[in-house]
Amino acid sequence: MRLSYPANVKIIKVPCTGRVDIIHVLKSFENGADGVYLVGCLEGDCHYLTGNQRAKKRVEYLKQVLDECGIGGERVAMYNISSAQGQRFAEIAREMTEKIKALGTSPAKAGK
Amino acid sequence: MIVANRKPFEEIIKMLKPYSKILLLGCNECVTVCATGGSKEVAVLASEIRLFRQKEGRPVEIKEVTLERNCDSEYVANLKEFIDEYEVVMSMACGCGIQFVGENYLHKVVMPAVNTTFEGVTEQHGVWSERCQGCGNCILDRTLGVCPVTRCAKSILNGPCGGSQEGKCEINKDVPCGWQLIIDRYKEMNMMEKYLEIQPIKDWSSGRDGGPRKRVREDLEI
Repeated sequence: MRLSYPANVKIIKVPCTGRVDIIHVLKSFENGADGVYLVGCLEGDCHYLTGNQRAKKRVEYLKQVLDECGIGGERVAMYNISSAQGQRFAEIAREMTEKIKALGTSPAKAGK
Repeated sequence: MIVANRKPFEEIIKMLKPYSKILLLGCNECVTVCATGGSKEVAVLASEIRLFRQKEGRPVEIKEVTLERNCDSEYVANLKEFIDEYEVVMSMACGCGIQFVGENYLHKVVMPAVNTTFEGVTEQHGVWSERCQGCGNCILDRTLGVCPVTRCAKSILNGPCGGSQEGKCEINKDVPCGWQLIIDRYKEMNMMEKYLEIQPIKDWSSGRDGGPRKRVREDLEI
């Protein structure tokens, strides 16, 4: 397809979004990320049955955690697409990049 | 197990305001099982504190340690090597653990990151509920395994009271009436005659009303 998406998006591969824990995302912010989003399989299509549903719940919890420590819950998001939706993948990368750009640098970095 | 809830972040961060070197302590026992103060929760809270303090422009150094138990001196002794390198100890263990670490290191301030709430069970993943109040005089044989002291909001021993409506307690429609649960058990076990036995007045001095309790087994003392 040779689709392009913003170069600032760094991809971390995991076997399933169900593998992603809250601490992994918090560490990303500690290491300088301005935003983090999870891309899982379509709901109902999880190869491990409920991994993406669990990830969705964790993202909701994570939003609260980031709100309370002043980073802002809007800096995390969860998307569901299938591996055949390359077009949508690039679209999401642009969408999320625009959103985070509008929010500005992470407050954790601004205070340094 | 002992069940605890993490304190609101705002309260925790306020307690830690004067400090920049913190020892954040977890426990591998009850608070791990109720997902409040195990190594995972220690890591999350430490990260939250670091992010908040980075934002404030006052970075903080946190050592994350999770002891096997905080209520036994042999494990608490492991802190000796490095505790003095930190200005303050913030503990995610239960109230017993928080106090015991403080008793063992009297020159250190030990602060609570959790509110210790009850002795209970895991009803399902992510749901815990109270089962025992440690009254010191168990009567579960008479009530077929359902504790009226804990499950009845009034702890009455000859129930139910007039506040029992359709099997629920008047304090909250989501709380089952403890005495309804006991009667259901009697019926299930075909032992309704037990219900007719009047329970005598309970001696509460074996519980909290008798003051702080202590148990000694001289044969085990070293």
